[in-house]
Amino acid sequence: MLPIILLSIFGLLVLFLGFQKSKNLLLPATLLVLAVVLVANFLNWNDAPSLYFKNMLFENKLTMSFSGIVLLSSLLIVALTRGFIDDESAQPAEYYAIMLFSVVGAIMMIGFENLIMLFVGVEILSVSMYVLTGSDKKNLRSNEAALKYFLMGAFATGIMLFGMALLYGATGSFNITALKSYVLTSQTPSAMLYVGMLMLLIGMLFKVSAAPFHFWTPDVYDGAPTVFTAFMSTIVKTAGFAAIYRLLSGSFSGIYNFWWVTMAAITVLTLLAGNVTAIYQQSFKRMMAYSSISHAGYLLLSLTALTSQSQSAIVFYSLAYSLATISAFGVLMVVTKETGVRSYETAENFEAFNGLGKKNPLLAFVLTVSMLSLAGIPLTAGFWGKFFVFSSVVERGLTWILIVAILMSAIGIYYYFRAIIAAYMREGELGAIKVPTFYRLVLIATTIITLFLGLLPDLLRGLM
Amino acid sequence: MLTLSLILIPLVAGVVSLITKNNSAKQLALIGAMIELVLAIVVYSQFQPTASHQFSFSYPWIQSAGISFAGGIDGISLLLVMLTAFLTPLIILSTFRQPYKNASAFYGLILFMQSALMGVFTATDAFLFYLFFEAALIPVYFLAAVWGGENRIKVTFKFFVYTIFGSLFMLVALVYLYYQTTSAQGHTSEISAFYKLALDAQKQGWIFWAFFIAFAIKMPVFPFHTWQPDTYTESPTPATMLLAGIMLKMGVYGVIRFILPILPLGLQSWGTTAIILSVIGIVYGSIIAIQQRDMKRLIAYSSFAHVGLMSAGVFSQTLSGVQGALIQMLAHGINVVGLFFIVEIIFSRTKTRNIEQLGGITQRTPNLTVYFMILMLGSVALPLTNGFVGEFLLLRGVYESNVWIGAIAGTTIILGAVYMLRLFQKSMFGHKSSFTEHFADLSFSERAVLLPLTIMVFWMGLYPNSFLKLTEPAVSNLLQMIHY
Repeated sequence: MLPIILLSIFGLLVLFLGFQKSKNLLLPATLLVLAVVLVANFLNWNDAPSLYFKNMLFENKLTMSFSGIVLLSSLLIVALTRGFIDDESAQPAEYYAIMLFSVVGAIMMIGFENLIMLFVGVEILSVSMYVLTGSDKKNLRSNEAALKYFLMGAFATGIMLFGMALLYGATGSFNITALKSYVLTSQTPSAMLYVGMLMLLIGMLFKVSAAPFHFWTPDVYDGAPTVFTAFMSTIVKTAGFAAIYRLLSGSFSGIYNFWWVTMAAITVLTLLAGNVTAIYQQSFKRMMAYSSISHAGYLLLSLTALTSQSQSAIVFYSLAYSLATISAFGVLMVVTKETGVRSYETAENFEAFNGLGKKNPLLAFVLTVSMLSLAGIPLTAGFWGKFFVFSSVVERGLTWILIVAILMSAIGIYYYFRAIIAAYMREGELGAIKVPTFYRLVLIATTIITLFLGLLPDLLRGLM
Repeated sequence: MLTLSLILIPLVAGVVSLITKNNSAKQLALIGAMIELVLAIVVYSQFQPTASHQFSFSYPWIQSAGISFAGGIDGISLLLVMLTAFLTPLIILSTFRQPYKNASAFYGLILFMQSALMGVFTATDAFLFYLFFEAALIPVYFLAAVWGGENRIKVTFKFFVYTIFGSLFMLVALVYLYYQTTSAQGHTSEISAFYKLALDAQKQGWIFWAFFIAFAIKMPVFPFHTWQPDTYTESPTPATMLLAGIMLKMGVYGVIRFILPILPLGLQSWGTTAIILSVIGIVYGSIIAIQQRDMKRLIAYSSFAHVGLMSAGVFSQTLSGVQGALIQMLAHGINVVGLFFIVEIIFSRTKTRNIEQLGGITQRTPNLTVYFMILMLGSVALPLTNGFVGEFLLLRGVYESNVWIGAIAGTTIILGAVYMLRLFQKSMFGHKSSFTEHFADLSFSERAVLLPLTIMVFWMGLYPNSFLKLTEPAVSNLLQMIHY
């Protein structure tokens, strides 16, 4: 549990660093912290699974893998903040500190052993996100997004908390292992268990923007500053799915027959809502919001199947998705910033990429690889993510859902390729784009890892 | 090692071509493709005509799932490997007079395509096959979409989504079969392990359709062909050559490799349906081809008709049908590349592909006329040319499985002659038009492309056994699996 402690302490220190006149130290300091914590996260890799803080938090290879993904993503995203946070606010220190704190929340969501910890983790992460969404203070849309996110999020949290209370009523404990043994041993489980479980699930599904709880997503993703959109769509999602997986596979696997229909319905709905709506988007950023919904659908697919494959499938998928998303938003940020198109209506449309292939082949290539990975085309990590997810579904024998998923994957190619087509096949008026070295490193890193995992997926899977 | 080098050499050459300067890329690409051809000839000369896979390699790849990076060459693969290795240098050579902007990327993509095609034809692991099957699509998509004609973006996009959509079904089928296998380490995805599965008829029916959709879109078989004419017409000619000459064969190859041996019961219930669809494609494609004015489009439809016959022959599950399909794949690859090249030659000189505006070319161009004539006759399956052998065997195969369908399929001989002779007559004979007034005969590099093609037309027509004997053991072995 070193990551939680380190992140909390260093988060406070970063906050104090903000009192210094020079803000130049903030970014390197935050990056250093995240890098150190990333290493610290894996220190106990070979140890047996263990409990911490009076049975409140749990740690094994699975939670460490998820935390690793969260930490890696935040490291990459923080590296992308250069030039964005500094420009837009007078007090960048607070944003860096909030990002560090939100990662603490994410790690708690991943490693919870007690429902209270899950709640605290969700709240830490969510409240940080509300603040970051609204961080572009003078922008109306950013404010609107924050308010919307906050109101709806608070409501969802309420439902989730109610669910937890009901579960406590049924079992007399917040501990998920106790919950599991209750589910397995009780002959006639109380109705409170079922209702509570569903309410808890709804709360969590809201956070990962599964349909029909996804309506906040496009507005919030669109309104938030792009850096924080990237942050939201990777970290919140990874942590959320880790938590749902641990609930379903840990506590509620005994009543699979009860919840799988609900999950299957939500999965199909999420796949449909995300993919079909994404086709109609003119704004790349909004498309990415719907794309994040559709990817939630694929991850839910693996959760619905819940076989021995699911665990590694979800880890792999989360990583592949996070890397590709970071690349995509990274390219979007550079392009919208450097071209100076600041007319708010069209700056983030697909047309922003027109002619990118000629002006900056590197950015175009990064964008292409990330789109291919999101679309699940072979030789990228995204393909194997989808492959493992589909395998788990075949193993469970839910072929009919798979047919929906295949149709949706084909639709997915349509909207992801619009970006590639814009970059290579349309003529544009892009000026020369200067990509800071820092950026270049991050984008090259995400692209190389994506391709590398596309060729040798066993490197990651072999670990688990 | 030889097989692995066949995949890796074009890949390396492609990367080298990508990072070289634009003006030296084409020479470099040609050298790379020639090395590959030499290697393929070595493979050809060392190949023993037996049913087994030779020059095999196998490396653990995704050990946790029992997937290996494995390949090898049997008779069926060999023919297609030879075709790919033979055509790619000619395709590259055919571009020598035509400057393409951003040449290093252009030739790099052609070589990447070749590498992926080699992978498709040699993979002995089902998932590796799938991976190459999809990977082959990406370079040719970019070739067509970046360097193509006016409507390229829309057209190639349809092509891409369509084919990926089809192959996703195949992926599910492969994953399903994979879970049916058992081996010492859990499941395995070796294709040969799939052959041993004995699934019940209903399951085979479902899997049949999953595979069929994927391969039928690729070939294309009626009614999955709607992407094809537009894509062939809008693509730059080298990409069209790759698509029609080689990539189309991936579909036929897939049927031979997967559907025939794995799904005998599925074929029993649905094989005739597949043959009927293929035969509809033959007649339908031919009739549309007869009415075309755009030369490129005409050949695109003719290609659609030809592949219908190949598909019908394969689904007939007879020795002559499958053998005919294999030899016809080779012959069609050679003829169609030659014909598309001639269209490109005419287009580059006259700036039109409309046969109504052409005419009178023969008078000044003895060389072009002869080459065009030979390729055209090969395509209409005149005896002593390569088309005849394949078409004869194919029709015999279809006839053996069903007399009536065989008779309808036989119309391809007549219809094929009609559209090809019309093409030749309208474009080459008659009076000169304003477009063809100053038509120059073939240049050296153009002849260098056409000469090897025409030599092959005669070689295969006069002595087809040099190819048939290579494939026969593998094919009869395959058919034994169905009919035992």
